[in-house]
Amino acid sequence: MAAKRDIRQVLTANLLRDGLVVFMTDGAAWSPWIEDAAIVTSKEAALELEGKGNTAAKANIVVAPYLIDVIDDSGRPRAALIREHLRTLGPTVRSDLGKQAERAGGGSGQGGAFI
Amino acid sequence: MYRYDEFDHAFVRERVAQFRDQTQRRIAGELTEDEFRPLRLMNGLYLQLHAYMLRIAVPYGTLSAKQMRQLAMIGDKWDKSYGHFTTRQNLQFNWPKLEDTPDILEALADVEMHAIQTSGNCIRNVTADHWAGVAADEIEDPRPWAELLRQWSSLHPEFCFLPRKFKIAVTAAKADRAAVAFHDIGLKIVMNSKGDAGFQVLVGGGMGRTPMIAKVCRDWLPKGELLAYIEAVMRVYNLYGRRDNKYKARIKILLHEEGDETFRKMVDEEYERVKATGGAVSHMVPEAEIARIEKYFAPPKYEMLPDADPQLTQHLKANAKLARWHEVNVARHKQPGYAIVNISLKPEGGIPGDATSDQMRLVADLADKFSLSEIRVSHAQNLVLPYVRKRDVVAIFHALEKAGLASANLGLVTDIIACPGLDYCTLATARSIPIAQAISKRFEAPERQKEIGDLAIKISGCINACGHHHAGNIGILGLDKAGKEFYQITLGGSADEHASIGQIMGPGFSGEEVPAAIEKIVNTYIGLRSPGETFLGAYRRLGPAPFKEAVYAQAAE
Repeated sequence: MAAKRDIRQVLTANLLRDGLVVFMTDGAAWSPWIEDAAIVTSKEAALELEGKGNTAAKANIVVAPYLIDVIDDSGRPRAALIREHLRTLGPTVRSDLGKQAERAGGGSGQGGAFI
Repeated sequence: MYRYDEFDHAFVRERVAQFRDQTQRRIAGELTEDEFRPLRLMNGLYLQLHAYMLRIAVPYGTLSAKQMRQLAMIGDKWDKSYGHFTTRQNLQFNWPKLEDTPDILEALADVEMHAIQTSGNCIRNVTADHWAGVAADEIEDPRPWAELLRQWSSLHPEFCFLPRKFKIAVTAAKADRAAVAFHDIGLKIVMNSKGDAGFQVLVGGGMGRTPMIAKVCRDWLPKGELLAYIEAVMRVYNLYGRRDNKYKARIKILLHEEGDETFRKMVDEEYERVKATGGAVSHMVPEAEIARIEKYFAPPKYEMLPDADPQLTQHLKANAKLARWHEVNVARHKQPGYAIVNISLKPEGGIPGDATSDQMRLVADLADKFSLSEIRVSHAQNLVLPYVRKRDVVAIFHALEKAGLASANLGLVTDIIACPGLDYCTLATARSIPIAQAISKRFEAPERQKEIGDLAIKISGCINACGHHHAGNIGILGLDKAGKEFYQITLGGSADEHASIGQIMGPGFSGEEVPAAIEKIVNTYIGLRSPGETFLGAYRRLGPAPFKEAVYAQAAE
């Protein structure tokens, strides 16, 4: 029998008001940082997380929530696909912009880490 | 350039008020995202990889200095102090907030600009030759017709819900600088055998996953019949264009599936109906209306100058850098004593098409001082000062040099067109800008660029081809292969009056391998070219074989 594919996912979205990328945390809040994201490892938990994301979308906090696969990168979650990984960084051609710049500057710069 | 009348002002302000209300209702939850999305798209607001993106219309690529300054201000106040000039002569801001967008649109309205119909299934920004009105080789200025089409297509009640987006480009010069053959409708002003100027109407061109070169739908159309005829084309498309499949919904597919002759017949029959019934527009555009619009584009009161400027000639002899830049970036003007100054937004190793707010303000200042306050945006993502006296060229060069805007590379290997790609765009499958930067760095030496000559490299970050890679002499398409970025190279494309679609050379490359592959292609060309032969000319003469052999045989070794 084929082994079940391991699930390791987080939920991401864009904030409605400013379009910036966020991740859902364990407490169903939203953080700009993927390392704060709630990680789910079962289909059931993924569905539940997706449901919370849809609730937040209906509450007009975020737009277009969706699950993404993550891998473990030295104990931190890292998006498995390059597209999703770039969403956690910013444009690679402008290191002074996006989350990568905020990390370098030491602060979240997004009006608080948890929304 | 066109100036808004009372109606235009009222229209744009009303639109801003509408969108402000819609945005407030969206934020308050009174509109769902599904309800709001088409509304924001019709006002040019996308949701992209990192943030929202606002696409601002620059009608036929013509901007005033005042408008450019306002764009710079908007960039500073509501974005991150830079913008991106696109392959449709528009400007994009990559970081606006939804809640600020109504204020941004208000600021645009203050200077007679907007973002209407820069997205959605409607007629988009009408583009034109960026040297319109000043090119030495044109029959007449095509922009009055672009403006007529813009007014006609804005909120057209019949054509706001098309099967898909629709793009029109206009040119009036022998050399096609507007890529008309790659548009849904391409319009060329041409002379008939009696010496009358009229439109050759091309239909069904496009890039994307199925690139096609437009076919001639009407050899010569009297100018006054333009709107009625285009209406007929649009009606055929609206009726018969596919709405069942997004990937087959462009007019090029309809034309391809029906066949050229059948399609022409369908348009001609519809045109007769339009003429017979009057439609929403009477058959002929009133001459008074044409004259009214043409007045806005009347040539300026040029100074009567001798063509040669002795001081410029002296400076060119004394300053090699200036001479090089002048040779490459300054084009012949139709008016003696004047020049068309092209400002490259492709600094070697830089991001194609990007300009900081400070650079925009500098260009605005130069336009005010030296170009009758007018600027153009080219579809190749560069800027133009169209009304420069030759005696002012040197001062402009020095100012541009200080601002990092004096790359002498118009049409050369480092004048690369690149879409934003996966660094910004949700549709992208790979990054395009780093590829452009790496190639640009590799070939940056001025002597090398001169040695290579004219070479159009165009890079797209996905199959949608916003970087026009199909029309690149060397085209590069970024794809996703098993989760990694992967690049396909095409050869032999061209967007000019001898349009052609590039052909895939062979197996693709990783991002790291692309610059070396391009170098092998270029070296092959230099090794095999005839005296004075361009890359494209050599490719068309030799075919793909020597280039494939150079790239893949060497790779196999």
